[in-house]
Parts: sequence; C-alpha cells; structure tokens
Amino acid sequence: MHFRGIESSVLTYLWGSFDVVIWALEVNHSMTMKFLVCISKAPDTTSRIAFTEGDTQFDANGVQFIVNPYDEWYALVRALELKEQHGGSVTTITVGEADCDPVIRKALAIGADDALRIDANPQDALHTASLIAHHAKQGGYDVVLCGKETIDHNGSVVGGMVAEMLDVAYISLATSLDLDGGKAQAKREASGGLETVEATLPVVVSAAKGMAEQRIPNMRGIMAARTKPLNVVPAEGGVQGTAVSKFELPPAKGDCKMVSADAPEELVRLLREEAKVL
Amino acid sequence: MNCLTFVPTKNGQATKAGLEAVSYAKQCGATVTALVVGELNGDGGAGAAGASKVLHMGDNLQDEGQIARVVAAAADAEGATLVVAPHDHIGRAVAPRVAVRMGAGMVPGVTGLLQGSEVKKNVFSGKAMAHVNIETEKKVVTTTPNAFGVASDGAAASVEAFAADAGEARLTVKGFEASSEDGSVPLPEAVRVVSAGRGLKGPEHWGIVEELAQAMQATKACSRPVSDMGWRPHHEHVGQTGITIRPDLYIAAGISGAIQHLAGVNQSKVIVAINTDPEAPLFKAADYGIVGDAFEVLPKLTAAIETLG
Ligand SMILES: Cc1cc2nc3c(=O)[nH]c(=O)nc-3n(C[C@H](O)[C@H](O)[C@H](O)COP(=O)(O)OP(=O)(O)OC[C@H]3O[C@@H](n4cnc5c(N)ncnc54)[C@H](O)[C@@H]3O)c2cc1C
Ligand SMILES: Nc1ncnc2c1ncn2[C@@H]1O[C@H](COP(=O)(O)O)[C@@H](O)[C@H]1O
Repeated sequence: MHFRGIESSVLTYLWGSFDVVIWALEVNHSMTMKFLVCISKAPDTTSRIAFTEGDTQFDANGVQFIVNPYDEWYALVRALELKEQHGGSVTTITVGEADCDPVIRKALAIGADDALRIDANPQDALHTASLIAHHAKQGGYDVVLCGKETIDHNGSVVGGMVAEMLDVAYISLATSLDLDGGKAQAKREASGGLETVEATLPVVVSAAKGMAEQRIPNMRGIMAARTKPLNVVPAEGGVQGTAVSKFELPPAKGDCKMVSADAPEELVRLLREEAKVL
Repeated sequence: MNCLTFVPTKNGQATKAGLEAVSYAKQCGATVTALVVGELNGDGGAGAAGASKVLHMGDNLQDEGQIARVVAAAADAEGATLVVAPHDHIGRAVAPRVAVRMGAGMVPGVTGLLQGSEVKKNVFSGKAMAHVNIETEKKVVTTTPNAFGVASDGAAASVEAFAADAGEARLTVKGFEASSEDGSVPLPEAVRVVSAGRGLKGPEHWGIVEELAQAMQATKACSRPVSDMGWRPHHEHVGQTGITIRPDLYIAAGISGAIQHLAGVNQSKVIVAINTDPEAPLFKAADYGIVGDAFEVLPKLTAAIETLG
C-alpha cells in the first residue's frame, strides 16, 4: 500500500484504529442529541469554471463561494429541526483553510451552535473523511449529517467513508430523517422509488432533496453568528488516496439545428437517422 | 489485473448499471469476478457482459456496511487490486466503505476507462472533467450509469458460492414506495427523457408531456421550480441540485435552460429544445431545436412518433 507522503506503518496504525468502537460505546442515548453536520464550501452555481497552472488548479479568481447546497438546505436544516424537537446541540465541521470561514459563519447564522474547522486543504474524499472521522471519534455524536454530494467534486463518497471509519450505520441519499429511542428512521432514494429504513444510532446520514426546506438566516442569526465559537484545529490523522493530475473543459457544443414547428416528423427523422437515438 | 465487480441484482438478474460495471472492468483489461449478494438466477447475465466467474452469497443483506465487508473479503480472496461498482444508490453506499476497508484510493462516477492508475470523471456538475490519479496499489471506482455500454458476447460464467463474515446488521429496510406508477426506467438510468418546465403553466397540462414520454418509452423529468411548486414530484427534478442524468436523448419543453438546470442534463448525448423564445439559453446547449408553443408542438411530436411506429 502506498499513500503519498505517509509511511505505511502509520497508515496501518490508522486503519487499525478505525476498528476501535469506543466511539460507539460512549454515545449518549438519552433524548439529548449531539449532531455533527459536515459543511463544505462550493463555487456559486453560476460560476464560470476555469483552471490555472497548466489546468491543474481551479481558478477561484472572481468566484463567489457558497455553502454546498445539500449541506446547507438539507443536512444542516434537518439537524436544527431535530435539535428543536429532541434538544441537544448542532456542531458543524469543515475541512478547509481560512477562506472557508465566511461559509461557516453562514451555517452559524442559520442556527448551528458552534463550528469546527480542521485546518487543511482537502486533497480527496479519503483525506476529508479521515480528518472528519478522527474528530468525530472523540466527539460522541449521535448523528453525523452530510450532503448527498458536493457540487464541485460530485463524489457522494465522504459520508460512506466516515461511516466505515467510525464503524457505524450509514443511510445514504436520505430524503427524510426522524429519531426515536436510539434509532433513526429514514426514507432514502432507491431504484424507482423510496425505501423506508431503520438504523441504530450512532449513524451517518447523507441528505438529499426532500429532507427539509431551505432556511434564510435572519438579522438576529447573522449577529449571533459573529460571536459563536468557530474553533480551528490542526489536521490530524489525514490520509490521501487520489490526486487530480489535470482538469479539462468539455468540447464546445456544435450549432443547434433548427426544425420548423410545423414539421415535427422532420425532427423524428433527424433523431432516428442522423442522431440515431430513437 | 484481477477485478472484483459488485453487481446489484433485481429478481435474480443483474441490473443494467451492474452489467455496465462488469463490461467496464473487462474493457479496462481486467479478469473480472462478479460478486452477487442476494437472489441470483443462473449467472444473472454477468458472463455475457464479461465476467469469467460469479461469486454468490445468497444472504439477503440490507445493510451496505455488511455488503461492503463481503465485497472486501471477496476482493481479498480473488487477489483483486481493482474493485468496480455502479455509481447507483447501492454502489454509493457500498463502495466508499470498501475503499476504507481495503485502504484503497477511490474515484466515484468515472466516465472513462482506467488507464494505468489514471481515470476520468466529471466534476463541477458536468461543467468540467478531471483526470484523477489513484495513488494506492488497490483501487476502487464506481461507474456512471449509462456512460458505458453492456457487452453481450461473453460466455456464461461459472457460479461459486461465497461465504464471508458480514458482521452485525445495523440497518434494516422496512418498506418500499414505488415513485413511478407506470414502471418507467428510473431517471439516473434512463436512455430517453422528456422534461418540461414552467413554460407548461400548470400541473393540469402535464398530459401532453406524459403522452410524448409514453410514445417514446421515455422517463419524465422537470425543472426545479416545477417540483418546488408541487406541480411534479421531487424525484423528477433534474439539475445541479436535483438528479444528474445522462440519457441518449433529452427533450426539454418550456424550460429556459438556466445554468443550474443544464448542469444536470448537459451530459445527455442529444438534447432537443422546444421553446417559444428563440433566445432561450437552452438552444445554446441543444443539438436540435423547435421555436414554438409546447402546447402545439408536443402533441404533434407524439403523433409523428406514433405514425412512424
Ligand atoms: C442554487 C440554485 C440551484 C438550482 N438548481 C436547479 C436545478 O437543479 N434544476 C433546475 O431546473 N433549476 C435549478 N435552479 C433554478 C434555475 O436557476 C432556474 O430558475 C430554473 O431552472 C428555471 O426553470 P424553468 O426553465 O422551468 O422556468 P423559466 O426560467 O421560467 O423558463 C420557462 C421557459 O418556458 C418558455 N415558455 C413559456 N411558454 C411556453 C410555451 N407555451 N411553450 C414553450 N415554451 C414556453 C419560456 O420562454 C421560458 O424559456 C437553481 C437555482 C439556484 C439559485
Ligand atoms: N471539505 C469538507 N469539509 C466538510 N465536509 C465535507 C467536505 N467535503 C465534503 N464534505 C461533506 O461530504 C459530503 C459529500 O461530499 P463528496 O463526497 O465530496 O460529494 C458533502 O455534501 C459534505 O457534507
């Protein structure tokens, strides 16, 4: 096994430690719930995507960053609703450098109690997940929520990796989530429909559309967010498995062939004979 | 190179996404062992798609944490350095766990073959591609549904029973609600999609969309405001914050083509735009276009398809 910059003995130690289930035993099963919400920053959905340094780096010049929509609209809001229902606390966790602080403040303005930033430039999903898991193991969280995927990496990977590292259940692509006596009940996306599932706590959940309604932070929330704790800790226990060697933009699209509104049979012919998709 | 491919099945047959994963692995030059957990008839179709062998564990495991243990154990038993799974709802829950168990670097949702240690995937919601180098000896990838073909020229594969310690179940499935009464192909796997937006003016007008979809054997989709307003169910919402699709044919009527909408559909092989506004941005992303009223064009298109058979 070879991870860049990490000796394999260290790695073996890390993998070994994922099997330790002390985390699960420490969890508090009373009705006061501890929520951890994974918040990532993503380029605004209208951003022009461009690359620099020989197409190896994302060009952040002039790009507005937002909270990854799945993390904000669904994971965070549902955690807040469940806290309102059961009591407890909502902590956010972000792997990133200081440029993440504005999006973390937004999560605090929406209602999270406190935030943790692990000071590292995330290299890949394994790296992000190992840093999150390292912290979560010590935190005694009942529910770790993340988004369905990041809109920049489009991975859908971090949540599953965290669950495995913590050795707990994982409900992926959940569209609803409720808690009841040490169990999580959820609906989740499945082929051609929704599955109803039940999992024992602690649990990691990835949040998809349907789980909650977006909340707009109000003035009081924005003011309060300024003084809520945003704790920055150095990166510990991170391992990496992949690295992007190059980005590429898709080839420019050819012209759109126009067909008269009175001749739909011509469109059908083109789709069949020219495009060969019918 | 030995590859273990995790193949989900439905009624004992491998799913299309599962077979795509098998054919993908074979095309990468690997000797492919397929792993099936649960019901299996014959080789489930895995042999024809390129698997030389099928490992079968009959237990109906529902917790993907358990499935991941079995996949990792099978990969180990086969000396596999590559694990492939489809990037569908099950693969997304299983593969990341397998990667952690195996100490493997993972690339989800690949769109190109693994060449050496490098593989291509879409990033920024289809607005760019990344070449990703997997730096570990063991590798895990998940294949984007409908991005790769299914081979059918392989021989039937031998089926061997497989047993492994799956650990305890911490998740159970209690029920299932089908989202489409008509039994159409789920959007992520759909080959043809008919979609409509706010231009349709109200949910009562969806009949013309349904008829076209039916005539084309297509799956229905919609833009985000349409699902937000409750005109259509959430599971039809495509785009950056909805479902990402990759059909051969995407027909969009009364959809302006906002950047967030395009992000979820721009990987379609052929895009057709139908819009009253010739300046609608969707025409810039489309291959074929009709400037016209959806209320007139859609029924005519349906009729044209029905007469041409
Ligand atoms: C963070 C964020 C995420 C988003 N994510 C998504 C997403 O995932 N998916 C998504 O779709 N949107 C998304 N959006 C919304 C997106 O920006 C657009 O608002 C939305 O796509 C517009 O939907 P529409 O095309 O149906 O409606 P409109 O933009 O209102 O377009 C309606 C179109 O119909 C045409 N029209 C009107 N009458 C007719 C007729 N009779 N026949 C034919 N054409 C007609 C009009 O010319 C117009 O082009 C997101 C927005 C944000 C800010
Ligand atoms: N750098 C990060 N910091 C905190 N959480 C993250 C980070 N990257 C990803 N996540 C979480 O993991 C989810 C899935 O990410 P991904 O696997 O990259 O698609 C996101 O929706 C976030 O909730």
